[in-house]
Amino acid sequence: MGFLSHDALNPEGLMAEVSAPERGGTVTFVGLVRNHHGGRQVRSLTYSAYEPMAESVCAEILAEAESRWPVRIALRHRLGALEIGEVAVAIAVAGDHRDEAFEACRYLIEELKRRVPIWKRETYADGSEAWVDPTQPGTATRESGIEEPSR
Amino acid sequence: MSTTLRSPIIRVHLFARYADLLGVDHVDLPIDGLATAGDVVSRVQGLPGGRDIGIGSLVAVNLRQVPLHTPVVAGDEVALLPPLAGG
Repeated sequence: MGFLSHDALNPEGLMAEVSAPERGGTVTFVGLVRNHHGGRQVRSLTYSAYEPMAESVCAEILAEAESRWPVRIALRHRLGALEIGEVAVAIAVAGDHRDEAFEACRYLIEELKRRVPIWKRETYADGSEAWVDPTQPGTATRESGIEEPSR
Repeated sequence: MSTTLRSPIIRVHLFARYADLLGVDHVDLPIDGLATAGDVVSRVQGLPGGRDIGIGSLVAVNLRQVPLHTPVVAGDEVALLPPLAGG
């Protein structure tokens, strides 16, 4: 437990959690709050989650990746109000070699976006607000909504 | 006495846009007539503000995403999840 954080994330600290002398291939993915979305100027955003399920699904995804590749993983997602440029999500992966680290890191961020119940409410430059819906055309995220689990 | 003490219920958690639509973060539904997760979705769609809950919604029962035909029983924790937007 503890994949969600209301406090600022520290990607370097995450990498330190998984580093070891034998692990020579490390990959860090850091997702930052972007100042635009769907052609609109974003001023800030707020993340919320179904926290018990989000923690459970993050643990599940992490276990899947660690069973599939010989890597160690640290993962955090931010909740609450964030400004432009703040770290929204950070994933640190360390393996003996780079291939498994790259592949596991890519798997983790894609599965997180697809399966973890987290929502984002954006505030725009004109003061209006909206929930981000990746299933709507014209939004930046490519995942579409699904009514049934796909696995 | 509250009827909820005599009538078994299912608590349905609502999040993000769905919580805004219904103006609450959860509803307690009597179990009568609810056999599956899909039945729960239909019942919530019939509540004031629930009409726009639909395409793209995901359902979780006891913290796991499930297909709509999944059976539900009294005491289950059901959640209606708007399209996910983490990361």
